[in-house]
Amino acid sequence: MKKNRNVGIIGVGQSVYSSHREEVNQPEMINEAVVEALESAGVTIDDVECIVHGNMELFEMIHQPDLWHVLGTGAYGKETLRVTTGGTTGATLVAAADHLVASGLHDVVLAIGFEKLQEGHTTGGITNMADPLWGRQLQTGALTGMTAAQMIDEFGEERAKKVAMKYRIQMDQHAMKNNKAHRRLGLSPDQAEELAENSPQLVGELRMIHMCSQSDGACAMVFASEEKAKALCDQPAWIKDHITAHREEMFCIFGDAPVLSTHRYAARKLFGRCGITNPREEIDLFEMYDPSSWWGSDWLREFLLLEGDAHLKMIENDEIAIDGAFPVNPSGGVIASNPIGATAMVRVAEAALQVMGRAGDHQVPKTVNQALASGFGGTMWTVLFLLTREVPS
Amino acid sequence: MQSDFDTSDCYTIEGKLALPYTYFAGRVGSRFITTLRDQHKIMGVRCAACDTVFVPPRQTCERCLGDLTDSWCEVGSRGRVVNFTVVRYPDRHLPRPVPFVLAMILLEGADTPIVHLLEGIPPEQVAVDMAVEAVFAETTTNTIRDIDHFKPCDA
Repeated sequence: MKKNRNVGIIGVGQSVYSSHREEVNQPEMINEAVVEALESAGVTIDDVECIVHGNMELFEMIHQPDLWHVLGTGAYGKETLRVTTGGTTGATLVAAADHLVASGLHDVVLAIGFEKLQEGHTTGGITNMADPLWGRQLQTGALTGMTAAQMIDEFGEERAKKVAMKYRIQMDQHAMKNNKAHRRLGLSPDQAEELAENSPQLVGELRMIHMCSQSDGACAMVFASEEKAKALCDQPAWIKDHITAHREEMFCIFGDAPVLSTHRYAARKLFGRCGITNPREEIDLFEMYDPSSWWGSDWLREFLLLEGDAHLKMIENDEIAIDGAFPVNPSGGVIASNPIGATAMVRVAEAALQVMGRAGDHQVPKTVNQALASGFGGTMWTVLFLLTREVPS
Repeated sequence: MQSDFDTSDCYTIEGKLALPYTYFAGRVGSRFITTLRDQHKIMGVRCAACDTVFVPPRQTCERCLGDLTDSWCEVGSRGRVVNFTVVRYPDRHLPRPVPFVLAMILLEGADTPIVHLLEGIPPEQVAVDMAVEAVFAETTTNTIRDIDHFKPCDA
C-alpha cells in the first residue's frame, strides 16, 4: 500500500475485560482505556486532534454511541468519526486511524473500540444478518459447528478433536499470563479428554469450552505521524501495511465447491506486496481473531498459506505457544476476551505491545520485528495488519 | 405517483426481533438516583479545574478528563427554563398524553441543564427564563422519573 507518510502506534490502553462491569457505565468504562492509552503514549487529551470510535450497532441498543460517550472519550470539541463494520470494527478503526494520520489530515489520532455485551443481546442482534425469508428462522447466530464438522471429515474425529482442545488449553495458558483477560480458567493438558466429552455441546462438535466469551470492555490506541511518533515514543509499533477482504454471500451458496477464504486471499495479497515469501519464518508473532478453537486451528492454515495438515502439526508440536517458534495470541486471544467492538482492535493493540516490548507478563521471549494481526466479522470479512519494529521504508 | 402495483399472491413476513437490554448506571449514576429517591435531593458534581457543576453528574469531566467521582455537590430543586418544546403527536413511548411540554431546566447552582416534563401551566404560557420547581414522585421507579415533573413557582 502506498502511503503519504508513516504512522506509528505510540500508546495502548485497555480496560479490564469481564463478563460484568456493573460499577461503570459505558463512558466510564471507555474512559479507563482512554486514560491508560494517553498515559502510555505520554500525551494528554489536548494533543489528540481526532477521535475514532466504534462498536457493534444494536448490541447495547444505543443510537450514535460516539456522541454520548463523549463524557468518557475526550472528544469534546474535537473531530470525531464513528466506524462500525461488525466483528471487524476494531480492526477497521485502526485502518481508519492509520488513513487519517497517513493522509496528513491529523498528526495524532485516538481510536476507541468498546462493547458492553452484558447490556444487550448479542445473538439476538446477529440473527438479523440472515435473510428474513430463507435464513432467519433456521440459523444459529454467531455459533456454527461447520468448521468442526469439516475438520473431523478431513482429519478424522480423534485427531481433529484433540487439536481443537489442545489449541483451547494453550490459549487459556496464555490468558493466565494476561491480567486483563476475561476468562482465565487455569486449564491443564490432562483435562483435555474430560472437557472434550463433558463440555456442553452448542452446535455439533462446537462445545461451550471451544467458544469465545461475551465480554464487557474497551480498548484505546494512540496513532502518530512518523515525526511525532519518533519524538514521543522510544519504540513505536509501525503500521507497515493492512488489507481488508470481504464477501457477503452465505457460506454454502456454491454447495461444496472449494471457496477461496477471505483469510487466504488477504494473506496472499498482503504478503505479496510486502515481499514476504515464508510467513512462518519472516513473521515473529500472530494475534489472530479466533472466535472458537475450531476456527483458530483451521484458520492458521489459511493465514499462513499452508497446505495439508501443516497447521495441525504446528499446534501438536507447541509451535504456537508463547515461547514457541510461531507464537499465536500470547494475550489469550478472543476465546479469553471478546468485547466485540474492541476485539479486533485488541488484536492489533496486543501485536503492537509485543513489537514495543511492553506486553508485560505475556511478552514473548524474543524480539518481535514483524507481527501479524487479524480481524474477523460476518459473514466472511477479514482485516489483516502487518506491524514492524523498524520504520517502513 | 404509481400506486396500482400488482401485489396479488405476494407474501409479507410478519417478524419481530426481540432486543432486550440492561444498562449499568455505574457508581455515579447510581448514587444520583438513590439520593434522589431516598432524600429528594438533586446532586451534581463539580469540576474545580473547569469551574463547572454538571447535572446530571458524571464520573469524568469531558473537557479536561478530570476524575469527578467524589466531587459531589447538592443543587437546588428549583431552577429556570432554558428552552422548551411542545410535544403534539401521540405515541406509545411518550410519557404523557399530548400536548405536553418538555423543558430544559437549569437548576440553582448547576451549569448544565437537564430535560424534564413541565406541567401545571398551559403550553402556550410557557416562557424561557420562567422559574420552576421539582415535584417528586410519590412512588419510586429508580429512574430520573423519581422527579415526577417540574411546575412553575415564584421567582
